[in-house]
Amino acid sequence: MTPAAKGALAADARCGRASLASLTMIDVADVSRRYDGGQAALDHLSLHVAEGECLALLGPSGSGKSTLLNLIAGLDRPTEGTVTVGGTRVDRLSEAAAARYRRATIGLVFQFFNLIDDLTVTDNVLLPAQIAGRPATQSRRRAAELLETLGIDRHAGAYPGRLSGGERQRVAVARALMNRPPLLLADEPTGALDTASGAEVRKLLVDLHADGQTIVLVTHDEVLAATVATRTVRLVDGQVAGA
Amino acid sequence: MSAIRTVVRGAQRRRVSTIVIIMATAMAVTATVLAGLLLAASSAPFANAFAQQHGAHLTAIFDAAKTTKDQAAATAGQAEQTAGPYPVTTVTATPQGAPPGPGGPQLKVVGRADPGGDAIDKVTLLAGRWARAAGEIVVARGDVRIPTGIVLRLEDGSTLTVVGEARSISQTAQAWVTPDQAVALGQTGWQMLYRYADASSETAMTAHEAALGAGAQTQSWLDVRNDAAHRTQLFVPLLSAFGLIGLALAALVIGNVTAGTVASATRRIGVMKALGLTPAQVVRACLVQALIPGLIGAVLGIVAGDLLAIPLTADVADLFGTVPMSVTPWVDAAAIVAAILLIAATAAPAAWRAARLRTVDALAVGRAPHSGRGRVAARLAARTRLPRPVSLGLAQPFTRPARLLAILLTVGLGTAAATFAIGLASSLREIQAAAEKPDTSADVLVMPMDDRDLRPIVAATPGTGRYYGRGPADIAVDGLREPARGTITSGDARWAGYEMLDGQWYTGPGEAVVNTAFLTATGKKIGDTVTGAGHEPLTLVGEVFDGSANNHLYTDQASVPAGVVRGFEWYVELTPGTGRDTYIAALRSQNVAAEATGSEGLDGTLILLDSLTALLTALLVSVAALGVLNAVVLDSRDRVHDIGVHKSVGMTPRQTAVMVIASVGVPGLLGGVLGVPAGYLLHRWAVPAMAHGAGIRLPQSTIEVYGAILLAALTLAGLVLAAGGALLPAGWAARTRTAVALRTE
Repeated sequence: MTPAAKGALAADARCGRASLASLTMIDVADVSRRYDGGQAALDHLSLHVAEGECLALLGPSGSGKSTLLNLIAGLDRPTEGTVTVGGTRVDRLSEAAAARYRRATIGLVFQFFNLIDDLTVTDNVLLPAQIAGRPATQSRRRAAELLETLGIDRHAGAYPGRLSGGERQRVAVARALMNRPPLLLADEPTGALDTASGAEVRKLLVDLHADGQTIVLVTHDEVLAATVATRTVRLVDGQVAGA
Repeated sequence: MSAIRTVVRGAQRRRVSTIVIIMATAMAVTATVLAGLLLAASSAPFANAFAQQHGAHLTAIFDAAKTTKDQAAATAGQAEQTAGPYPVTTVTATPQGAPPGPGGPQLKVVGRADPGGDAIDKVTLLAGRWARAAGEIVVARGDVRIPTGIVLRLEDGSTLTVVGEARSISQTAQAWVTPDQAVALGQTGWQMLYRYADASSETAMTAHEAALGAGAQTQSWLDVRNDAAHRTQLFVPLLSAFGLIGLALAALVIGNVTAGTVASATRRIGVMKALGLTPAQVVRACLVQALIPGLIGAVLGIVAGDLLAIPLTADVADLFGTVPMSVTPWVDAAAIVAAILLIAATAAPAAWRAARLRTVDALAVGRAPHSGRGRVAARLAARTRLPRPVSLGLAQPFTRPARLLAILLTVGLGTAAATFAIGLASSLREIQAAAEKPDTSADVLVMPMDDRDLRPIVAATPGTGRYYGRGPADIAVDGLREPARGTITSGDARWAGYEMLDGQWYTGPGEAVVNTAFLTATGKKIGDTVTGAGHEPLTLVGEVFDGSANNHLYTDQASVPAGVVRGFEWYVELTPGTGRDTYIAALRSQNVAAEATGSEGLDGTLILLDSLTALLTALLVSVAALGVLNAVVLDSRDRVHDIGVHKSVGMTPRQTAVMVIASVGVPGLLGGVLGVPAGYLLHRWAVPAMAHGAGIRLPQSTIEVYGAILLAALTLAGLVLAAGGALLPAGWAARTRTAVALRTE
């Protein structure tokens, strides 16, 4: 058995709860997304993700993985079809409502971290709570807990530019979890990391999922998908090519 | 060259910011053109207008009863150049529809076939057309305007229709008609105009006047120039101040726009360098990229400036009593050259930096960690209890200190201009109020109609409180060629409301107060005594403000011989509870003329100054707001990725807009804090300087016009100006799609 397969089995064992889950977290129905009337980035794609599930979207560059993630996050809107997350029709939300939806429902982790360089690690992690107007004391306590859990509490006062790639991605994960979102979306979370840092992040995602976190991750990394995901969906030219 | 074209094309793709750059440059160049025109118009306005009209050094009128046309014409040999003879007459004209009776303006009317056809005194037509037929008249535009279309009724019942308004800088006439019409109106003289090779001194002009003989009534251009100097010197500091602020603001905006343009191209330059662009090509590309929108903006600015110059120069000419400056090509050319030089000078260092930047560093722009500037501000802002979008915005400008400084200076100059303009308008109103106060402090004015002494009547009328009498008289003063204008009072006039500049109001006979012009002309000071024929020595006990540049002396009736004043006007303050109308009716029932006192309202010059000040302030504040807008657009573009990140973690469009607007909070407030004192000090300098130019001194109340609340409001105005400039980019930032922003490098 290859290490990847072993990892996948291990992930299945950890994610056993998800396979039994019946509540739908994400319902993508017949969605298309075209840019400026050109070729479709997504072409009549449908997809369901259950609560507590960990789904990996795989596929070559340009297959529509990130576009799908953006639609689920409310960062973009489909040209056709509907996107429902936790009972909310995301495709119908105004910009303001989409922002509020992200605060309450979504944690986002990006390939290049997207941390604010001028803010300290703590201030970066606090940002979603502060923007949502959460009480300061409670938010600080939560941020400290997250930093400690993720093993980066010693960098709390540092600026992101001084951290390693793995550490930065852990800060990004901490920020994504700050508001306790029911859904974590990760776009190539190990794509910009060296092998060791990639492994750290992989373990982090596995642990999160073990704690019941619903995760959708976009990746090229077959090992990551095999280790973390309970289900993989392969996209080609904006369509589901296989699961 | 194609590589350079590729870099330059970046500007085409960033349409919004390129439009802002063009607009900011255009507005700055417009301000430069107008500021240049103001400075040019304020520099020797009389001399320029006199040269433009080829003015008359000497204007002479020969009595038609004693001098024939040929005799008048024969004097031409005495001068280098002459014009005339023109028939002259004087008419008393009343606008039709006005109540009958005396009091219409007396006009010196000259018969001229054409305003600019003669070698001298090329009269400028300001409105309408020249008189072509009988029954038509063109009036000289002065303090009192008689608009085109008005019909003037003459004493003999005939009428003249005003068909135009014109201005002769040499003041050769108050109205013009056709030569035949002048004769028909009852010609009284012949007018001759002269220009001399030497007309620069009083001695030379006196000799020229003497050569014409005693029969000629003459007017030297030196007297006209002196009168004009009083008028123009009043406004030169004001217009110069506006001009200089405009130039400084324009330079600042253009510099900031250019530096931002070049800086924004850095990553693109990195890509091109990686593909083989040489440093020299980078410099050229940067300069071209900055110059193209700059040049487009400059050309648009010139056009807008020339269009706006038409009403502006007309206002300025009315203010100075000169003729409107035509659009001066050298101002346009200077503005374009200055803009190009400024753009090149600002772009060159930035281009040089870009050229020397290592390719990897240029490519890393937008990806590499920030420089680390502004982190203290960010840390402090994060500790405040302000909403997070506000605190994020407040800390934002500290990451780019140069841009922060540019916004701060832009807001500062805009606020200074607004502070100065508001102070100036307040001062002008205070000056008018102070000058009018002696006429408005009483409730009722009782006027003499016959030889009756009105004092006992006033004293006996029920409701009379305090009262005093006032009448004019000529007071001879040793050391003055002409008698001083005297105001003689009867009774206690201390409550009349004269603003004292120094000393106190007189309390008895033998004392007098005078205005500043009197002290200047006589060389006297408070405490000195003045003597003169027809009165006892008078001790000067105070200096009074009366807004006049004439020599003026105020004293009590007991200080001058009886009969010097023919009739006193009586100013009465009514006892509480007395109705003004009832009181006036009681006096009128005794056949005494009385009326309620009141302000005459704003005079024409004040209205003109108000509109001019409003126009210039609006322009400067708009330039400042556009400067802020440009800086915020550049900043938002630089930070678009961060904006995307904020949105991705839940920042709403409204919060994004608040964050962008808050980013100008600190420079806006600091700009106000710096701009208000600058405008205040400019006002403290310019208003007394204007008064000094006019030969008067102002009461402190007319200079100290800023209350604490007004100053605080003006300081906050800096914030409003900055926020106003940031509104549009805030809207753009709010509307930016998160996914697009996150993809932006």
